[in-house]
Amino acid sequence: MTNMLKDPAVLRELIMDHYKYPRNHELVEDDSYDSRHMASDSCIDDITVQSKIEDGIIKDIRFDGVACTICTASTSIMTELLKGKSIDEANVIIENYFNMMNEKTYDEDILEEAIAMMNVHRQANRIKCATIGWKAIKEMIDRK
Amino acid sequence: MLDVDKIKNDFPMFKNHPELVYLDNGATTFKPSCVIEMIKKYYESSSVNVERGDYLLSHEVSSAYEKARNTVAKFINARKDEEIVFTSGATDSLNMVAYGLIDKLNKDDVILLTYAEHASNILCWFDVAKRKGCKIDYIDLEPNGRMRLDTLIDKLNFYGNKTKVVSIAHISNVLGYKQDIKEIAKIVHQYGALLVVDGAQSVPHIKTDVQMLDIDFLAFSGHKMCGPTGIGILYGKYDLLDQLHPMRYGGGANSRFDINGNIILQITPHKFEAGTPNIAGALGLAAAIDYLNDIGMDNIEAYEQELKAYMIEKLSKLENIHIYNADTTSGIVAFNAIDVFAQDAGSYLSTKNICVRSGNHCAKILHNLIKTDQTCRASLYFYNTKADIDKFVAECANLNIENCINIFF
Repeated sequence: MTNMLKDPAVLRELIMDHYKYPRNHELVEDDSYDSRHMASDSCIDDITVQSKIEDGIIKDIRFDGVACTICTASTSIMTELLKGKSIDEANVIIENYFNMMNEKTYDEDILEEAIAMMNVHRQANRIKCATIGWKAIKEMIDRK
Repeated sequence: MLDVDKIKNDFPMFKNHPELVYLDNGATTFKPSCVIEMIKKYYESSSVNVERGDYLLSHEVSSAYEKARNTVAKFINARKDEEIVFTSGATDSLNMVAYGLIDKLNKDDVILLTYAEHASNILCWFDVAKRKGCKIDYIDLEPNGRMRLDTLIDKLNFYGNKTKVVSIAHISNVLGYKQDIKEIAKIVHQYGALLVVDGAQSVPHIKTDVQMLDIDFLAFSGHKMCGPTGIGILYGKYDLLDQLHPMRYGGGANSRFDINGNIILQITPHKFEAGTPNIAGALGLAAAIDYLNDIGMDNIEAYEQELKAYMIEKLSKLENIHIYNADTTSGIVAFNAIDVFAQDAGSYLSTKNICVRSGNHCAKILHNLIKTDQTCRASLYFYNTKADIDKFVAECANLNIENCINIFF
């Protein structure tokens, strides 16, 4: 990965930027989109993730909801990272992301900005925040 | 006044975590050694079942179990021991009342709640209402959580004799407002409805007299009052309790039955305690009550009010903190740091060994009232100190998004 993404100050700034200005942060009313509402009792994040997957390609991902810094930033980064990818490419990225969360070996380079979440496992109670957006897209990919 | 240093020594959790500032007592409380020893003693020295008449040890344990019932009855000033049912906790108790009333509820009957109720005092009523075609309605609250008695009366007038149940928390788990239960009971009873009180956040903190308050059913949990997890209480006025339909059947709850389905149930309260009860839990809860009585519930309430006032005084000086319930007297403070999501704040405080609860505290419809989806909650108990509050307030001053993100680096 680029050296910039090894600088904690840059990663901090990335989280802040995606939290304050989340990307793809508006839902659409369109039947061609699949949708997942992600909420649980143990975690107060409450988001909805939408995706449009056609011909094995993730054409669009959107999300909205009320959520903490980690949930908002991780989901925002995910939408940018996976949009336009094939399902096969996306599955590899998602697998590496969950490996990072679970402190297993992962490929830093293909995670790009999602590397900002590399230390979330240090606050284990927040892993859920960093993964519910990613779980939503994984569920929708698997249903295809 | 309380000797808090001495009190802290009674709790092994503080020995094992001397650095911890524990402000999540609304969720659960620490256990003093006497409670832990009581449980240990049961499992080590008298670990047999209750109600087995064949041997002396069982007789002794049965006596201790019934003595524990008596300890609970006296603690809330019930008329008699038989008004006390051991349950698994306040949730279990509230479910037992809701489903226990199912035969008495009819289509178009009304159940009145408030917007500040905990999920355990809402969801069982939703389900019962759905099954029986009843209507759920809500009594209005003032912004501090106080029930508006005029709207209670308006609703009762509006629905006439259709209102069968009013079920409310004595002290709400988010805003901590203490309702005037005595006055509410008077009104509710004038209209012939039952008053069910969720005492989960009140019984551990204030003296509760079910006769003086004229409560029909009261639910509370042991673990929120220094007792073990998995034990709780359902109190009911004997005749009303006796009329509840038991939710569960099994050993210990019946006297005789035959293959044709004829059952002779045990008398109340035993008919509600099917299966081997949580014996260690009941004995542990009684030990916890003895411990609270030794300190004195009036002393506990007064000290918590003093702590709460101190916390509000210090916290309200911070410009980055918004407090939602400064004027309620119980030891619950609901707050947010400006522009910081509650869960981020909770995690930051956690890295400083301070435990608070972030979330919607199960009162998921409350945001209509305080206009926010989530808050942090600091909830006090008598073993907290002003030093705990000083440390908490000092870290609250540091609550901003930057610091909350920094914990990940």
